[in-house]
Amino acid sequence: MTRSAPGPSRNLPQYGALAAVLLANWLLFPDFFSIRLQDGRLFGSLIDVLNRGAPVALLAIGMTMVIATRGVDLSVGAVMAISGAVAATLTQAGWGLLPVLAASLGAGLLCGLWNGLLVAVLRIQPIIATLILMVAGRGIAQLVTEGQIVTFTSPGLAFIGSGSFLTVPMPVVITAVLLGVTALLVRMTALGLMIEAVGVNRLSSAGAGVNTPVVLIAVYVWCGLCAAVAGLVVAADIRGADANNAGLWLELDAILAVVVGGTSLLGGRFGLLLSVVGALILQAMNTGILLSGFKPEFNLIVKAGVLMVVLLLQSPTLTLFLPRPAGPRPAQPPVRPPTPPRAKPESPSPSAGA
Amino acid sequence: MSRTWLISAAAAAALLIGLGGAQAADKKLVVGFSQIGSESGWRAAETKTAKTEAEKRGIDLKISDAQQKQENQIKAVRSFVAQGVDAIFIAPVVATGWDSVLKEAKEAKIPVVLLDRQIETRDPGLYMTAVTSDTVLEGRVAGEWLAKQTGGTCNVVELQGTVGSSPAINRKKGFDEVVAKTPGMKIVRTQSGDFTRAKGKEVMESFIKAENGGKGICAVYAHNDDMAVGAIQAIKEAGLKPGKDILVVSIDGVPDIFKAMAEGEANATVELTPNMAGPAFDALIAFKKDGKAPPKWIQTESALFTPDTAKAEYERRKDAY
Repeated sequence: MTRSAPGPSRNLPQYGALAAVLLANWLLFPDFFSIRLQDGRLFGSLIDVLNRGAPVALLAIGMTMVIATRGVDLSVGAVMAISGAVAATLTQAGWGLLPVLAASLGAGLLCGLWNGLLVAVLRIQPIIATLILMVAGRGIAQLVTEGQIVTFTSPGLAFIGSGSFLTVPMPVVITAVLLGVTALLVRMTALGLMIEAVGVNRLSSAGAGVNTPVVLIAVYVWCGLCAAVAGLVVAADIRGADANNAGLWLELDAILAVVVGGTSLLGGRFGLLLSVVGALILQAMNTGILLSGFKPEFNLIVKAGVLMVVLLLQSPTLTLFLPRPAGPRPAQPPVRPPTPPRAKPESPSPSAGA
Repeated sequence: MSRTWLISAAAAAALLIGLGGAQAADKKLVVGFSQIGSESGWRAAETKTAKTEAEKRGIDLKISDAQQKQENQIKAVRSFVAQGVDAIFIAPVVATGWDSVLKEAKEAKIPVVLLDRQIETRDPGLYMTAVTSDTVLEGRVAGEWLAKQTGGTCNVVELQGTVGSSPAINRKKGFDEVVAKTPGMKIVRTQSGDFTRAKGKEVMESFIKAENGGKGICAVYAHNDDMAVGAIQAIKEAGLKPGKDILVVSIDGVPDIFKAMAEGEANATVELTPNMAGPAFDALIAFKKDGKAPPKWIQTESALFTPDTAKAEYERRKDAY
């Protein structure tokens, strides 16, 4: 993960913001950090932040890879609805847990494949290509559930949402596992480098021998899979598939989490863990607002205000005016700004000449 | 050979004309119904109930599904006018923008009945009547039941609907009226759960933590049943008993809340009846018979249901939804 986290100062805004939001929550609600066991499961507001943040964190994992290729996937919310609808409907029809999981994740993979083909092969702009499934996907989910909230009682499927592993709620466990697997895939192989290369310049990375269509399809498929897992978690949590509301607008939260995590929408360098931190910042704010007792009319304003501060801290222009955290300025090449302007050939960086 | 064919054809034609005449004499009413879509279980139940209510009365009901789009509804109304139906029912997807198409219906002398939602218009003469529930009353009925049940002393947490939506505003208003006149009753927490199960559960989780692990909460009032179902799960996961440790009262009357009541996990629901078409048909039949215009607003009943009838009500409803 060294490439994604090249030094503490670059990650400071994210971890700082998370700490600040958690601290604010603690000031508003003194019991915020108190955790106890309830029916063999950790129970407390901090656990709520992790647990409720899991769906967006899952989406953010897939979204980070897509955004690193200079794309975006608007369809993840709809894919969540589809996978939840498939899982609930098949469970109600009497299918076993494993086939249900396979079908539901398979639906997510198919959706990702569709997006990937549109972007990689037909070369449609990602925002438009995935908009198609964003609109159609919710309709597909409604067709599957026939417009109703399909509920189920299967304890196996419900376990994914409200069970626990070693007292940790399952959604948190699943997110951690998926984060670990994804990080291994991209950081222990050349895949991560290829994704960044495609994001920086698709043509020249193709020229350098990267099979760009395969890389692009792979990231969209992975994003679809992450969305399907998130959809399963959400459906399992309420023991029902709500095709109209499951994952509604969550694609925007996921994109926000990635951006708050410091990954540039212009593609290239990305940070998986930081995107998950971004998702947790968002959820910590939501939970804090719920605990604070503010009127619901204030929710969006408070959220926007905190977000603005976090994003301002990352602004390349503003960081120039802020004091450097690590004492005197380094004499060696300075830390690259968070949104690196692509190094143009005619303006070599100072270190290149040395 | 050809002559017998001719005769039989003529006979058949005569028979057809005769049948047509007989039908005209019966005056089988034809009603066009522009439905919003099928975005929720309640909406699907409303359509289904409209069909059965029409069958009961021998009315020919033509349903057009607008898929959440006003332009589709306007097209449907125009086509109903062109077909010369006896009446048009509209469940309007939005409140504004109906004047011109309703004028067309009025010029064709076709009465229009609004179902489930009101519209904003400067000329109320454009529609005959509106059949809707009184959402303020729903909140009041829920509040009065809770006040009576708890002897007037209760710390309530409230799960509001989507911020700014008219059912959320009105269901809050009706409940607040009861709270205002019951000194021991207090709303200790109120937040929006967006009318969904997932948000209802998440908000309730926070409420329980914020109110001393749920010990400070006597009841949860949810603006719809779905949020209540989510809240019930949150209460259970906190190690408390919904329906006993924390009372659950909500509005809508969907099958799942009756199931929860039958299992002792919810305490009361105020029904928003999906039978909006029935009263509309009755008003229409009376109007066609003696020309008596119905009142401008036909209010449906806001009945309260409790666990003792929950099982039977669930059986009765589960197929309609």
